Amino acid sequence: MAENYVSTTNACKMCTPMGAALVFKGIENAVPFLHGSQGCATYMRRYIISHYREPVDIASSALGEKSAVYGGGPNLKKGILNVMRKYDVSLVGVATTCLTETIGDDVGRYLNEFREEFSDLSLPELVHVSTPSYSGTHMEGWHAAVRSLADQVVKDKGRAHGGVNLLPGFLSPADYRFLKALGERACVRFTMLPDLSETMDGVIWDDYHSLPDGGTPVAEIRAMGGAAGTVEFGMSGGLPESAAGVLERKFGVPARRTAMPIGLRATDQFMDVLAEFASCDMPAKDAFDRGRLLDAMVDGHKYIFGKRAVVYGEEDFVVALCSFLGEIGVQPVLVATGAKSDRFKAAVTNALAEVCQTMPVIRDDADFKDIEDEAAELNPDLLVGHSKGYKLARAKNIPLIRVGFPIHDRFGGQRILHVGYEGALALYDRLVNAVLEKSQDECPVGYGYL
Amino acid sequence: MNQTILDERKSQVHRIGEEPFAMACNRPSLAGAVSQRACVFCGSRVVLYPIADALHLVHGPIGCATYTWDIRGAISSGPQLHRLSFSTDLQEMDVIFGGEKKLEASLRELIQLHSPKAAFVYSTCIVGLIGDDMEAVCRRVSADTGIPVLPVMSEGFKGNKREGYTAACKAMFRLVGTGDTAGISPMSVNILGDFNLAGETWIVREYFRKMGVEVVANVTGDGRVDDIRRCHGAALNLVQCSGATMELAKMMQEKYGTPFHRVSYLGVEDMAESLYKVADFFAGHDPSIKSRTVELVRAELSDLMPKLAELRTDLEGKKVAMYVGGSFKAFSLIKAFRHLGMRVVVVGSQTGTEEDYKELAEISDPGTIIVDDANPLELAQFIKEKDVDVFVGGVKERPIAYKLGVGFCDHNHERKIALEGFVGMYNFAREIHASVMSPVWRFMPRRSPARAACAAKEAVNG
Ligand code: SF4
Ligand code: SF4
Repeated sequence: MAENYVSTTNACKMCTPMGAALVFKGIENAVPFLHGSQGCATYMRRYIISHYREPVDIASSALGEKSAVYGGGPNLKKGILNVMRKYDVSLVGVATTCLTETIGDDVGRYLNEFREEFSDLSLPELVHVSTPSYSGTHMEGWHAAVRSLADQVVKDKGRAHGGVNLLPGFLSPADYRFLKALGERACVRFTMLPDLSETMDGVIWDDYHSLPDGGTPVAEIRAMGGAAGTVEFGMSGGLPESAAGVLERKFGVPARRTAMPIGLRATDQFMDVLAEFASCDMPAKDAFDRGRLLDAMVDGHKYIFGKRAVVYGEEDFVVALCSFLGEIGVQPVLVATGAKSDRFKAAVTNALAEVCQTMPVIRDDADFKDIEDEAAELNPDLLVGHSKGYKLARAKNIPLIRVGFPIHDRFGGQRILHVGYEGALALYDRLVNAVLEKSQDECPVGYGYL
Repeated sequence: MNQTILDERKSQVHRIGEEPFAMACNRPSLAGAVSQRACVFCGSRVVLYPIADALHLVHGPIGCATYTWDIRGAISSGPQLHRLSFSTDLQEMDVIFGGEKKLEASLRELIQLHSPKAAFVYSTCIVGLIGDDMEAVCRRVSADTGIPVLPVMSEGFKGNKREGYTAACKAMFRLVGTGDTAGISPMSVNILGDFNLAGETWIVREYFRKMGVEVVANVTGDGRVDDIRRCHGAALNLVQCSGATMELAKMMQEKYGTPFHRVSYLGVEDMAESLYKVADFFAGHDPSIKSRTVELVRAELSDLMPKLAELRTDLEGKKVAMYVGGSFKAFSLIKAFRHLGMRVVVVGSQTGTEEDYKELAEISDPGTIIVDDANPLELAQFIKEKDVDVFVGGVKERPIAYKLGVGFCDHNHERKIALEGFVGMYNFAREIHASVMSPVWRFMPRRSPARAACAAKEAVNG
């Protein structure tokens, strides 16, 4: 057991408002707006851009010393007006930062005042979310933002349209694209919230767009009350009431919770849920991919069986990865997340129960110092997680299978597919090849066939 | 309601030749304007980060530390402590009851764990609000551990990057003068304002070695605490990048009488001129330094110039836009581009002063756009308006150029290629060449609009 330190070294988490900003990046024509000082917005933009390689405009109320004393209301209002002048914006998502949370700014009230003061203008949808970065991680910020959208934008039940609300959590643009296409194949009308498939992995332009194409249309969010159901991946950061919960309570939209569909079993589960809402059978493509995945799992099982993996990253994502690793015979030996979570251990144990004989060390509230210390005794063969594990991978000479966010040291992180049978197959190939590559490199004479 | 340049920002953009020079700058960023600027903390972090044997502890919630973990290419020849990211990771209870206890405990455990030569403690926005007495905590820990523990007053909201530079200089100045200066050569300098990105400080140090000049301290690239402690023993301070470390030079001049020169290691002229300045300074002491320097420059140039000429044939007449952190760098770059036969048509910086911009306007061609604290939409407009071939900026500017199908050169702190010195000029030229000459640009929609329109239509029609 590693020692418990007071300080954090090489954090395995980002701060709350960043998660919220990312959610707002997945709404059509929306601008994320951080209510706080300028630095936070700039830092987050830089961090996000390094992964997605897309323009990321995040506005800030750019509070200075005066506002820190007298409150940030005037700057917030002025800032929103400026955003409206520069962007054809349909939604402004205001997230607080530590600064404004600490001075106790009441953003909800400011926004109401703003709506009254400028009632003569055609105002965008104004959504606010409280994201003090001293409580929680970027994922708490993410889930809080999705919840705020459901709570503040969906005003009535509206017409029953038979579609399904999909709240996928934090995945890659390739994943969101996959889910959308899956909906189309399965004849289910998804309202996916958020949708970063295009906004964060877009095409080249001939003229600069102030805002990228894509994202969940605000009109569709408004209509979420009329959906046949809401499917929510993961545990929503332990919110007492998640976005799906809000829609259920207010408008009677049944909520279904399922794991992120990474790997065979989780995708099976999701397909079952989908079948409940679908008016056609499981799409042929997915049936084929499922078969191919099983075929590959047979072909490759020997190379990968018993390999010891350290898995780290966001709670839901890590749980889902473990479920997949377990079912292909990889033994997770250390599973860590940066978030504080009393649900995490049970969720990982549950995901591995059927397929693993020994349970890994499971740590929440972990930083990379903890992970390194724990890993020292565990002899891992593989690291599975985002690119911040590179330091450990290098020190221990273990292959790092880069998944999730952030990928700052490789190209194409936004196009890594994790979900569905197709995503599992792609991950499977990468895992097997990482093992093979290492043994090939380390073999004194090399070899030309597996 | 769309409007690219907000009215409040119009006075921060100037087109040479269109009107007499007048420019507003050093203003706080406008609320809601998506500034490319960072905060005070960022400024301090940038300057102090390369001190490799110091502990750098960010006192605040986690984000400020996460986003600055190992982000710069400031490399060290020895200790790598600066590349770890330490934070007090303040939680709700700390914010309510104060973070001093956690700060103190963090400092003690980290110092014990890593045995640094000194510790810098950065305050972030929230620390400024909850009123932790960092000074007192640092003093206590310093007394017990026997190493300097220096508070850096870098609360983000108290200004922009510049104030952060000041805070960093103040913190370092507390180190200066605490070391033994015995044995330092009368022909000695400190290198200020170079961060050893991709080993650049080493290139410059090598030139000085050949000239017979001792370098006492690198401030701060590949920096060491003990060197900084004794750097008041150097005969001359060389200050690059006026914004970041100028203040330290001024403080040293006042207290220790150390004179300083402004230098730049970018581009052919500026690099050579900087070396000659140093040679002149020490000529009274050792007249032969002049011929050594001339010889050094001659050898370097005879190697470099033919290579540049080769690249120039491809680059002649191409147009450049640049947006840099400090305007000082812009001067050197404009000259460097002239060597390549290229024209700079847009120049901007995050933190230039009115004086800087005036000087820039003087050395730039008519029609050049000069801009202070720009934002993405403005930059995009300028790129199009001037039809530039390559954009020079930092990582936040890259998507703007790339989305429009324009070449980009990272001239910021994350660069992995050394751009300083004569060899750096060659690297720079090759980098620009690779950006400009790639065949990919000819396929961009900006260049072949007909096909783009077609493709867009197809996409819409499914
Ligand atoms: S503005 Fe404040 S909170 Fe934001 S990054 Fe800078 S110091 Fe941190
Ligand atoms: S932790 Fe707080 S101060 Fe730091 S970047 Fe995040 S929101 Fe800003």
